[in-house]
Amino acid sequence: MKKMIAVLLLMPLLSFAVDDSEPMEDPEFQARYETLVRELRCLVCQNQPIADSNAPLAKDLRRQVREMLLSGSSDSEIYSFMTDRYGDFVLYRPPFVQRTWLLWLAPGILLLLGGTVLARTLRQRAAMPIDDDDEDEGAIE
Amino acid sequence: MTRFIAPIITLAILVGFFFVGLHKDPSIVPSPLIGKPAPVYELPLLLKPDETLGTEKLLGQVYLLNIWGTWCPGCRVEHGALLEIERQNIVPIYGLNLKDDPRLARQWLAELGDPYVATMVDTEGRVSIDWGIYGAPETFLVDHDGMIVHKLIAPINMQIWHEDFLPLIQQLKAAQP
Repeated sequence: MKKMIAVLLLMPLLSFAVDDSEPMEDPEFQARYETLVRELRCLVCQNQPIADSNAPLAKDLRRQVREMLLSGSSDSEIYSFMTDRYGDFVLYRPPFVQRTWLLWLAPGILLLLGGTVLARTLRQRAAMPIDDDDEDEGAIE
Repeated sequence: MTRFIAPIITLAILVGFFFVGLHKDPSIVPSPLIGKPAPVYELPLLLKPDETLGTEKLLGQVYLLNIWGTWCPGCRVEHGALLEIERQNIVPIYGLNLKDDPRLARQWLAELGDPYVATMVDTEGRVSIDWGIYGAPETFLVDHDGMIVHKLIAPINMQIWHEDFLPLIQQLKAAQP
């Protein structure tokens, strides 16, 4: 049992070995590379960025990112290279467009709705006569 | 009574969202390439390595491009359907052999039969990136002008062929005899 726990505890260390490519010479390129491969989703194993995926496609896309960086492409050129071929789905941060506005705004809208309901309920409670407290269930209209 | 209206409406909206959302297959990502020109490329042929083929040479005909590899279980599943589609002689099928051992690929065609007019070899997977391929088998329908009309991300079978591909092909052929 103890051995098994020890093995399980060591498992996360294995996850470092996915991207086995050499780091790029220029540290600035390497930093951009690391951001890009974390922002791009692997289409084969959809809940992983291409940085963490062992899939052959993820490996090819990492190579593509690297080569484009070296040939002088900007980050946005690399992102649009990917979305031209695979769609917005490859981006972990989907753009704010007609199809996604609800996705982006939903948390705000829900917060606003919830806040309004909460504020109203609290106000109504505060406005209730104190001696009605015992039977407050039916008091709200 | 009125106090139940808001929760019921909320529940109805949630049920609606889940009903639509859970019926979608998240592994099928719509391709942005539909309605766009096929990527330009030229690749060597599996059976005649000295010759090449690509988008430009294929212009002027309606064809299927099928992406396969011997490492791909779904490709074995669909192979019989591809052979049957080839026998119907309605459109030519071209193959794109993806990241494969050419010897195994040639052996595959020799053993299972060859439904392809020609198979191109994409050893490094670069052309496949241009096609936005992420899971073989995939099958594209390309028109006379080299535009991508339709894409299937799954093994093809006769039902899909009759329901999805054939009507599109008949439309294309009727528009440009």
